[in-house]
Amino acid sequence: MPVFKLRVNGKDHTVDVAEDTPLLWVLRDNLRLLGTKYGCGIGQCGACTVHFNGSATRSCLLPVSAAATAQITTIEGLSEKGDHPVQKAWEEVDVPQCGYCQAGQIMTAAAFLKQVPKPTAEQIQSAMHGNICRCGAYHRIREAVQLASTKTK
Amino acid sequence: MSSITHNTRRNFLKQVALSGGGLMLGFSWFEDASAMPALTGGEEIDISGFNSYLSIGKDGIVTISSPNPELGQNIKTSFAQIVADELDADWNKVKVVQANLDTKKFDRQLTGGSGAIPHSWKRLRTAGATARQMLVNAAALQWNVPAEECTTSNGFVMHKSGKKLGYGELSSAAAKLEIPKEVKLKDIKDFKLIGKPIKNVENRNIVTGKGVFGLDFYREGMMFAVIQRPPAFGTKIKSVNAEAAKAMLGVTDVVTFKNNVAVVGKSTWEVMKAKSKLKIEYENEKGALESSADHDKIFSDLMDNGQAQVKRKDGDVDAAFKNAAKIVKAEYQCPFLPHNPMEPQNFFAHVREDGIELVGPLQLPAVSRKAVSDLLKVPEEKITIEITRLGGGFGRRLKSDYVLEAAELSSIIKQPVKLIWSREDDMGGGSYRPSVRYRFEAALDASGNMTGYKCRGVGINEGNSLRPDNFPSGAVDNLLIDTVNHSSPITVGAWRAPVTNFLAFAEQSFLDEVAEASGKDPVQMRLDLLKKAKTTPVGAIRYDIDRMETVIKTAAEKSGWGKKKGVFQGFSVYFSHASYVAQVCEIALKNGKPEIQKIYAVSDCGVVVNESGAKQQVMGAIVDGYGHAMYGKFNFKDGEPEQKNFDRYRLIRMKEIPEVEASFINNGIDPTGLGEPALPPTGGAVANAIFKATGKRIRKQPFVGEPPFSK
Repeated sequence: MPVFKLRVNGKDHTVDVAEDTPLLWVLRDNLRLLGTKYGCGIGQCGACTVHFNGSATRSCLLPVSAAATAQITTIEGLSEKGDHPVQKAWEEVDVPQCGYCQAGQIMTAAAFLKQVPKPTAEQIQSAMHGNICRCGAYHRIREAVQLASTKTK
Repeated sequence: MSSITHNTRRNFLKQVALSGGGLMLGFSWFEDASAMPALTGGEEIDISGFNSYLSIGKDGIVTISSPNPELGQNIKTSFAQIVADELDADWNKVKVVQANLDTKKFDRQLTGGSGAIPHSWKRLRTAGATARQMLVNAAALQWNVPAEECTTSNGFVMHKSGKKLGYGELSSAAAKLEIPKEVKLKDIKDFKLIGKPIKNVENRNIVTGKGVFGLDFYREGMMFAVIQRPPAFGTKIKSVNAEAAKAMLGVTDVVTFKNNVAVVGKSTWEVMKAKSKLKIEYENEKGALESSADHDKIFSDLMDNGQAQVKRKDGDVDAAFKNAAKIVKAEYQCPFLPHNPMEPQNFFAHVREDGIELVGPLQLPAVSRKAVSDLLKVPEEKITIEITRLGGGFGRRLKSDYVLEAAELSSIIKQPVKLIWSREDDMGGGSYRPSVRYRFEAALDASGNMTGYKCRGVGINEGNSLRPDNFPSGAVDNLLIDTVNHSSPITVGAWRAPVTNFLAFAEQSFLDEVAEASGKDPVQMRLDLLKKAKTTPVGAIRYDIDRMETVIKTAAEKSGWGKKKGVFQGFSVYFSHASYVAQVCEIALKNGKPEIQKIYAVSDCGVVVNESGAKQQVMGAIVDGYGHAMYGKFNFKDGEPEQKNFDRYRLIRMKEIPEVEASFINNGIDPTGLGEPALPPTGGAVANAIFKATGKRIRKQPFVGEPPFSK
C-alpha cells in the first residue's frame, strides 16, 4: 500500500492506506481523531467537515491522496484549549442535544466566520444549510454562530 | 468497603463507606415514590433494590452516576440537577458519570417513552435530601449542637454561631451515621438548581470532539465489519459469491449467517469497499414484494372490508349518524419513516469463552442483553454492556437487531468486532414508523354540535394504531374507534412519539374540519368539547381536562389567536406522555404562497427541571415534527426503499425552520414527559394554518407534493 504523509492539526503523520481511502476514515481509524463523524458518506450531511487549507471540506469524499499536501484541521485542532470563539459560543448558547453533528457544524461555522466575520442572519443560514442536525437544534446553532461573530476579532 | 443497609425492598437507601473515606448512597426505584426511607442500618445488603449512586469525596466532589442512556434528551444533566438541588451541592463540584448496565443496581435503565424524569423525580430528590441530612447530622454531632440549628448552602453546612464545614470535610463522618428514616424535601420555591437553565454537562466533550459515541469506541486488535442485508423486505439469500470481496485488501473474512453476509477486515473503509464487490442473489420468501402503490390499495380495501378490532365504543353511533344534520368525513395518510439518527447503528462485541463484552449506543440495554443471552445461550450474568452516548435514537435503538448481529458475528469469527452500518444500511434496514391511514367521520346536529365521532385506523404491522381514551373521547356521546391491521414483511417500530406522531396530525386536522363545517372557532370548539367532557363525561379518559384547557387558553392568549392581521393561524393541542402541548402556527402569504413564520408552543409538563434543556426539547421536537410532516417522503418499490441516503431523502435544514416561541405552564405538578410531547401537535397546527391561508386542506404527509405545495 502507498504511504501518505499528512499534516493534521499542525503535526506530521504517516499512514499506510489505499489511496482512495477517504480522509474521514484515516482520521478515525488510523489517527484516532474521533471528533470528525461519519453521517452519510456522500457529502450530504456535513458531520465529517474538516478544514482543508482553511476551507470547510467534507472529509468523507476527500481521498487521502488528495489531502497529502494540505494543512488539515479537525475539531481537535481548532483551538489549543477548546476556546475558539465558535466553541465558546456553542457552550454559552447550550447548543448540543445528542451532539453527534456538532463538530461538523462548528467546523463549518469557524471556516465561514473566517471568510465572513460579520455575517447577516441570511448569510449564516446559507453557510450552515449543508449541515444536518437530526435533533433540530438549528435555532441555537444559528444563535451560536451569530454570537461567535460578535466575539471574533 | 463496608456497608450498612436494610434487607427489604421497602427500604430506599443504601449507604456505603468509601474505602478512601467519603459518603456513598444508592437510591432505589422499586418502591412507590411516597415510601420514605426506613433504614435502621447494620443489616445485610439486598442490592437488587437500589438505583444510582451518589458519592461525596473528601475533596467535596459530588459524583452522580446516571443510569439512563443519553441521546440528547439531556437526562445526564437533569438527573444530576435534581439530586444536587436537594443536596444543596455546589454545582461546580458535581461530576456526572454514565453507568454501565446493571440491573441489580438500577431499575428502568432505559431511554424511551419520555419517562425518565417522571419515574425518578421523587427518588432523586429523596436521595439528595437524605445525603444532605446526613451531612447536617455529622456537623451537628461535631459541633455538639442540635441539627435543627444547622443550615446548608452550596456545599457547606453552617451553624448560626458562624461555624461552617464543607461537604468534603464531613463526608467520612456522615458515612458512618445512620440513614435518617424521614427526610424533608424542599418546597418548590426553595429550588436553586431545578428549573434553572443549567448547561449540558457534556458540552465540553462535544465541542472539543471527544469520542463519546458508540462509533468512537476502538479496541486494539478489534476487527471492523459491515453487513449486506437483503435490499428488499420479503427476500432471502439464494446464493453468495464472495470471491471478489475476499480478494480485497484488508479483508480477513466473509461470513454468511441468517440473511446476512458480513465482510470482516482491518479497517472501516476496506470492509465498506469490499462489500460492494459481493455478488448475492436473492429470492422471494413468500408472495409478492410490496410497493407503496400496493399499500394505497390495501388501505382502501381494509378500510371498507377489513375485520376491525373495536378499541372503544360509547353510546349509539349508528343512530347518531342516522339522525345527523350534517356529516363530515375525511381520510388521512402517512408514509413509513426511517429514524435516521445522525450516528448510524453500530456496536462492539467481544464473545469470549468466559463471557461477552458489548459496547455501544442503545436505548434498552437490559432487553438487548437478554436477547443476546437467548441467541448465544450465554447466561446474562456473563454479559456486560457499556452504554455509550447515543448520536440520536428517535426509537430506532429500542431494537436490538444490530446488537445481535455484532454479537453473533463475534461468536462466529471468535474475535472482537465493531459492526458499522452505513447510512444506506440504516435507512434501508427497517423498523420504520408504520404507514397508516385514518378515516374520521363526525355527525353534527342542527346547531353544529358533534353528536357522533368515528375513527378507523388501518396500519401496516401496527394494529394498535390509536389512542382510544384520548381527546375527544369523553366529550362525544356516541363514539367508535376501531382498527384494522395489515401484516407486511416491512418491519416497523416505535418512532419518536409512537402512533401520536401522525395520529395527532390527523385528529387535530379533522377537528379543524369539523369546526369549519359547524361554523365554530377551532379554539372555542375544543374548549366547548372539554366543557362537555367535564360536565357530562362519557366513558373513561386518560387526559386531565383542566390541564388541557389551560394550555389551550394560554396558547391562544400568547399568540393573539384570532386578533392578528396579515397572518393566518392554525391551532392544535395534544396530550401525550402525560404532558399537554398546545401550538399555534402562523403563516403569511408571500406572492400567494404560504410561508410558515412562527409556531407558538405552550407546554404543561409540570415542573420544568432544566429551562434550557426543556426549551431545546420543545424546539427540537417542533423542528422534527414539522420537518417530517413537510418533507418526509419514503417510498417502497418491490419491497425496497427508494430513498437510502440524504441525497434522495430530505431532512429539514436550517433555512427551512420556523421560528418557535416555547413557553411552559410550570404549575408545580410533579414533572411529566418532555422528550416527545411537543412533536405530535406540530403537523396539525401547520396544516390548519395552511388551510386558513389557502383553503387547501392537507390530509397526507409529506406536505411537499400536496397542494398548495408543488412537488
